[in-house]
Amino acid sequence: MQDNDLRLDGNAAGGLLNEIFPFEMTAAEATCGGCGTIRPIGEVMLYQHGMGAILRCADCDTALMRITHIRGCYRLDLSGMTNLRIASEIHQQEVHR
Amino acid sequence: MAQQLKWQLGTVAEIRLETPKAKSLILELPDWPTHLAGQHVDVRLTAEDGYQAQRSYSIASPPGDKHLMITVERIEAGEVSPYLTDGLRVGDRIELRGPIGGYFVWDARDGGNDGPPLFLAAGGSGIAPLMSMIRHRVSAGIKVPTRLLYSSRSYEEVIYREELDRLSAHDPTLRVIHTLTRRRPPNWMGYGRRIDRAMLADTAWRPAEKPLAFTCGPTAFVETVATHLGELGYKPERIKTERFGPTGG
Repeated sequence: MQDNDLRLDGNAAGGLLNEIFPFEMTAAEATCGGCGTIRPIGEVMLYQHGMGAILRCADCDTALMRITHIRGCYRLDLSGMTNLRIASEIHQQEVHR
Repeated sequence: MAQQLKWQLGTVAEIRLETPKAKSLILELPDWPTHLAGQHVDVRLTAEDGYQAQRSYSIASPPGDKHLMITVERIEAGEVSPYLTDGLRVGDRIELRGPIGGYFVWDARDGGNDGPPLFLAAGGSGIAPLMSMIRHRVSAGIKVPTRLLYSSRSYEEVIYREELDRLSAHDPTLRVIHTLTRRRPPNWMGYGRRIDRAMLADTAWRPAEKPLAFTCGPTAFVETVATHLGELGYKPERIKTERFGPTGG
């Protein structure tokens, strides 16, 4: 199996993000600072490593969010995104007919 | 859900052999809120020396079921899946948290029978969250027209095969289309290649029918499906994607 096959997406970061944010985060929309694309966190690329995770833009590979958890401290580097829109209500699937 | 998820212990109530490589774990959880079809759980294993490994597994059971089902495909040299498929016995306990996710979810109650037609595309064990949607559709009594395009390596590796056969045989609004990419039984009448644009054009709802698409599988599979559905006229926000299960390792 190649590394590429093990690459996940932001859906798999939902549990980790819930340790930090009080809201459901896979539906939160991030605006990429590199290319301006807006996508739900569930759609961006996720790279996990021993101490945390990196979320990268699916279009231009910019690191949107770097998360580490070391010695009881979370650190977030959000310099790769210009906006993060988080719904504060319980998210329901929107139905457009 | 404005609250933090807690790790909890689930007890293995039943282990079901799905295919030579995949098993379903049916788990009893004392403190489980209901979930939405498409959500997943994080599973955490702790070794005696304190080393922890964590993976995400999609929930395959429908909302409202008494037990929670996850389906695990054994990844050779994986850290977590060999333990879950070969090391667990009924009565053992595993640590998990959830339900997680609000993007890759489908709730039958949102549109009822007037909801958009569903197009589901599964690659291998990526069927799990889509199976939760299909089971939810049945248990909620919703008849939105639904098509599942399901790619497996061989007939023996089709997870939930009998249940899908039975459900689609009794429900004209549910169509299941298989493609077998490596080995096929004699006289196989279905597709026998990887999913491509022509197959999607033949099987997916037309964009004019305002369908909603969910695709789950290995990264390359999901990107192929999403790209071709986009070319066929699906709007990006109508294509929900989840890459590899998530079942890596």
